[in-house]
Amino acid sequence: MDTTKLGFDTINLGHGSGGTMTRDLLDKIIFKTFNNPYLNQKHDGSIVKFTGDFAISTDSFVISPIFFKGGNIGELAVNGTVNDVAMCGAIPKYLSLAFIVEEGLSTDDFTKIVNSVKMAADKSGVLIITGDTKVVERGKGDKIFINTTGFGEVHPKANISSNNILVGDKIIVSGFIAQHGMAIMSEREGLEFESTIVSDTTNVNFLVKELLDKFGNKIHLFRDPTRGGLASVLSEITTDINKGITIIENKIPLEKQVAAACEILGLDPMYVANEGVFIAIVSADVADAVVKTMKNSEKGKNTVCIGEVTSEHPNKVVMQSLIGGKRIVSPLIGEQLPRIC
Amino acid sequence: MKYLSEYRNFEATKKYLDEIHKIATRNWNIMEICGGQTHSLVKNGVLELLPEKVRMIHGPGCPVCVTPLNLIDKAIELLENDVIVCSFGDMIRVPGSKKSLLEAKASGGDLRILYSPIEAVSIAKKNPDKEVVFFAVGFETTAPANALSVLHAEKEGITNYSILASHVLVPPAMEAILDDELCNIDAFLGAGHVCAIMGMQEYYPLVQTYKIPIVITGFEPLDLVQGIYMAVKQLEEGKFELENQYARVVKEYGNKAAINVIKRVFEVGDREWRGIGRIPNSGYIIREEYRKYDAEAKFKVGNITAPENSQCIAGEILRGIKKPNQCSQFGKACTPSNPLGAPMVSSEGACAAYFHFSDNLISS
Repeated sequence: MDTTKLGFDTINLGHGSGGTMTRDLLDKIIFKTFNNPYLNQKHDGSIVKFTGDFAISTDSFVISPIFFKGGNIGELAVNGTVNDVAMCGAIPKYLSLAFIVEEGLSTDDFTKIVNSVKMAADKSGVLIITGDTKVVERGKGDKIFINTTGFGEVHPKANISSNNILVGDKIIVSGFIAQHGMAIMSEREGLEFESTIVSDTTNVNFLVKELLDKFGNKIHLFRDPTRGGLASVLSEITTDINKGITIIENKIPLEKQVAAACEILGLDPMYVANEGVFIAIVSADVADAVVKTMKNSEKGKNTVCIGEVTSEHPNKVVMQSLIGGKRIVSPLIGEQLPRIC
Repeated sequence: MKYLSEYRNFEATKKYLDEIHKIATRNWNIMEICGGQTHSLVKNGVLELLPEKVRMIHGPGCPVCVTPLNLIDKAIELLENDVIVCSFGDMIRVPGSKKSLLEAKASGGDLRILYSPIEAVSIAKKNPDKEVVFFAVGFETTAPANALSVLHAEKEGITNYSILASHVLVPPAMEAILDDELCNIDAFLGAGHVCAIMGMQEYYPLVQTYKIPIVITGFEPLDLVQGIYMAVKQLEEGKFELENQYARVVKEYGNKAAINVIKRVFEVGDREWRGIGRIPNSGYIIREEYRKYDAEAKFKVGNITAPENSQCIAGEILRGIKKPNQCSQFGKACTPSNPLGAPMVSSEGACAAYFHFSDNLISS
């Protein structure tokens, strides 16, 4: 889109007033980009038909910086919610899209973000069917915040619940961990370091659907280890199931450059955020086949089985260290803080 | 990763562990000085792989843990008075007498987490109408960079930059521990990175005076088990020598350029250690000619005092007299999300290391 034809270079308070400026912004950018029968009704909401069970998930995206290596806040807002719906064992269909823009954001940046939302939505096969745009005074936001809510039809073969997890189930991770968090970290003010680490933000819904088609209720749980990383999600799961989880340190999929960046910054990759990675906890008898299916997919080519569910040490994740020792993997407490030396 | 993966090797580590099991015939208490070593021992599960006879005692080398409470209050006082305070990451959650730096930030203070004090000088340059203070804590390891930031500010003519310094030194702390009548330590693992800066010279007199083995040791699991092996071997043979396990990093005379930078800005003086008390000639204080870069003098916060939480036994932990799980508050009133004292906050603190990583020490 050529932003010079829009007639405004920055988003200002008027664009959130509900008046003609708002209509101008919506017509020239939002409706033009997303153009679909639901949205084109330009009504207060949309009416959609669902049969059977459906899953809903909502998420707000407040990331800084809004543009980073491997993506921007726009595609993150789509992929994040699409994946959350998929983790429920559902096929994502529709998204709502709400922007809170800080006045002064360039129209150019806003357009780039909207275009990324469209691209990511198309890739994951979801339609944006309702939305909202608000503008807040400078200093009352951080460039742009996005909220998306996703709706999906639950897969007919899916029975995703931590209640289904059994002792002996295998823990499978779909790819390299800590990529997203370290990509963001490398661009934060005061921490800039040169790297080619890119965010792993992507949609995993088609791979999830393939697994459900093939393995149905043998898949006991899907989770995406976003904030808090792999360690926090696994810890949460052990608490929910009142069983233990054992994982093997040298199985954890970690790309070399990410491992090096974590070493330099004194961060533990187990606690760093991911965006395009998910965990599957599956029945032991299908574990090898699940890994094979995932490895054959672009989104799961680095899949590994990292451990299993055990009756020992209930409520705790225990990692077998590289040197054969054991340690507990506890959940993240606050933000992970870099060490002094 | 070269210099890392080979020091996390299962077979090589096992070889030394087997040797330790073989040669240890008596009970030995070995103190690892540095919090980074404590963290690595616990994180890699080394402690449970050692024979029962070899007990590791966790030393005072956690910079966050030994920074006096009143210094945190001073940093908060600055933060609440429109000063941009810059800090290393793990300092910000340590509780002061009323709140932590992180809580002061939530109330509106401009707190920046940095990896390098030189960044703080850049922030001062970008904000000429604001005062910028770097919270310069740490052992000999962080002293050169903190000193360099002062020299950098001087060279650039930046007058709105200063440091709130609390630098402490390892050898006087070791002496204080050895002079304590409750001391039961048979050997030390010296702090590898402190010695990378300062070299080995300061440690020969300690070995001779106290007749105690010191093995300067690195931080990876293989470094640690090799260091422990060297210490146990000396003890079993009745020797007391200074040995250098970490020779790939530590040289006899250290890093001369770094030492020169330290000497230009700092001089040795008395320092308060949290939990231990005042130790003579145990820290660096800013030289008279650089006093204008001393935040305590510049902002007149020098008189702030603060009492310690009476339930916290950090002093005994830091002197190696008690282990974290021997504290009645451990994992109960005191957790990383609600710490009573500093060793529960920093990832290098013995209490936090025990809480996070060590299964058998945590009550369900």
